[in-house]
Amino acid sequence: MARPTDDRLRTILVDMVAARTQAGRLWNLQRQGRIGTLAPIDGHEATFAAAAHALDPTEDWFLPQYREPLALQHFGPEVLEQYVLYNVGHPDGSRLPESVRVAPLQISLATQVPHAVGLAWGMRLRDEPGVVLVSFGDGSSSEGDVHEAMNLAGVLRAPVVFLCVNNQWAISTPLSLQTAAASLADRAVGYGIPGVTVDGNDAAAVFDAVDEARARARSGGGPTLVETTVYRLAAHTTADDPTRYVPPEDLEAARRDDPVERLAAHLQAAGLWNDEARATVEAEALDLLDRLVDRAEARTTTPDEVMDHCFVVDTQRMARQRQELLETAPAGGGPP
Amino acid sequence: MTGTSELTMLQAVNEALHVEMARDERVVVLGEDVARNGGVFRATEGLFEKFGEDRVVDMPLAEGAIVGSAVGLAMAGLVPVAEIQFLGFSYQAMHQIAGQVARLRYRSRGRFEPAITIRSPFGGGVRTPELHSDSMEGQLANMAGLKLVAPATAADAKGLLAASIRDPDPVVFLEPLRGYRGIRGEVPDGDHVVPLGEARLAREGDDVVVIAWSYQVELACRVADALADDGLSVAVLDLRSLVPLDLAAIAGVVDRCGRAVVVEEAVQTGGFAGEVVATIVEECFWSLEAPVVRVSGYDVPYPVGQLEDAYVPDEARIAAAVRRVLEVA
Repeated sequence: MARPTDDRLRTILVDMVAARTQAGRLWNLQRQGRIGTLAPIDGHEATFAAAAHALDPTEDWFLPQYREPLALQHFGPEVLEQYVLYNVGHPDGSRLPESVRVAPLQISLATQVPHAVGLAWGMRLRDEPGVVLVSFGDGSSSEGDVHEAMNLAGVLRAPVVFLCVNNQWAISTPLSLQTAAASLADRAVGYGIPGVTVDGNDAAAVFDAVDEARARARSGGGPTLVETTVYRLAAHTTADDPTRYVPPEDLEAARRDDPVERLAAHLQAAGLWNDEARATVEAEALDLLDRLVDRAEARTTTPDEVMDHCFVVDTQRMARQRQELLETAPAGGGPP
Repeated sequence: MTGTSELTMLQAVNEALHVEMARDERVVVLGEDVARNGGVFRATEGLFEKFGEDRVVDMPLAEGAIVGSAVGLAMAGLVPVAEIQFLGFSYQAMHQIAGQVARLRYRSRGRFEPAITIRSPFGGGVRTPELHSDSMEGQLANMAGLKLVAPATAADAKGLLAASIRDPDPVVFLEPLRGYRGIRGEVPDGDHVVPLGEARLAREGDDVVVIAWSYQVELACRVADALADDGLSVAVLDLRSLVPLDLAAIAGVVDRCGRAVVVEEAVQTGGFAGEVVATIVEECFWSLEAPVVRVSGYDVPYPVGQLEDAYVPDEARIAAAVRRVLEVA
């Protein structure tokens, strides 16, 4: 276990503040009709950023669900750049460069969890030292894929970190209707693997837990389930109205334990953070995001890109469809 | 100089796996009972002993994890060959097959190469328990991003499986249960690759063509041989792969014969035979001298043993369909 230094925590906080700021701007852009539906990150920043920082982006993988990318700066600036492109509806938004060990967003809940086990197993077969962290929510934990994947990982002793981000809500379904279990981490017992629950609003605790799980995986000790408890502070997505179901008093209580404010207070007390530093980070984050949105909106597509990357070579029938499409489709598509 | 050996279809599948694992160390075989037991049909026999526990892996009993972890193995740059013990069990992996395997390349815009082969025995005729005999070509062909291969001979079982494993795109490889030991033939030794997407004219003929794949080719050939005694010239086209589909081969033989019967074992509604008929109508309408007829399973779930013979298309039904198509003036 290596408790992160305050300098490390400051780097994590910078990522968290940038993520929170950019999430707000993206929400507004969605309301303006400039980008599509997306899932706000508010309340998950400490978990995602600290987990990312506990990994080595040159060796380890991060397999996300869909809420994570704003906090994955540690894996390279391309993650945000492609996330913006994804949100304006450009197909290339799902492609990250070979050097970035982050998978595309996964809309089908929990399906990435067995992928993580296979990837980690494959890396071990290829004598690669890295581990795979796979992120999913409390709602996803009800999916069969999570059970199948954790069971398999236990048998294979695959170098995987299962990061179950328990934000108390699966859209409108509260945890109490998702499971009767007292803790999601308790499930690890049934797979013969270690499981731990940590406060997901505590960046240092998340870093610690992921760091330990990673060390275990790298030393051949197999997978670990890390459950982080947080509270979803915003809507599930831009299409959701949480005032219909989230008790206001619960939300108010959760806001008093905001992960961003908590780490900011710690570092402010240590003399490593102040309002000026925050203002600078926020301004730079917005400036970067706005430039990326402008750049993304300038990207166009050609109609027959719809046919690309299905097979390496079009089948005879697809080749005909491509030809027909080029003859009949309207000219290039742009953002919504 | 390599020769040939007479093998059953099952032995041909096994030989292809041995050859491919030896020539490419990225190939990993995973599935239920595939390692120590050599597969419940022995399709993977000897692989575990030869290539070891890292590359031939007995998996927990979870089809979703078999296919889902194959996706991850492919992301790691390996070439997984996953076995689903019976195709009907793949319903429990369909979210990974349709939602993930089929679109891994598309979703990642070509970053990840889904060089995944999913092998599975399918089809009826051997009195299995429920869900062991389902034919699902229609469903699978409708999942864009999957190739779908269904050999009818021992030589093709070896050659098409080799091509499927070497193919950078994901392939569902269908092995007919009845053919495992019921079909045998000369198979080239060593490296033997049959390209995907090239149909095979199994019988020459001019009066009518029977189009089929997998075990139904065997039945169609028996019908063609029997009807030859009556002076009828019946061609048989073995599609070999449904995706990609050999449009030119279908058009060529139907244009020549002017009459066609399409045979499949699956449920008729939404089945792949309908796709073949649509292709014939699009490509060959002005050559047709009679309506195209389908011989298929019925629109009910695959039945249990005592009713199996009533369900599975047999030689009599194929022969009757051929005569009906020929009777149209």
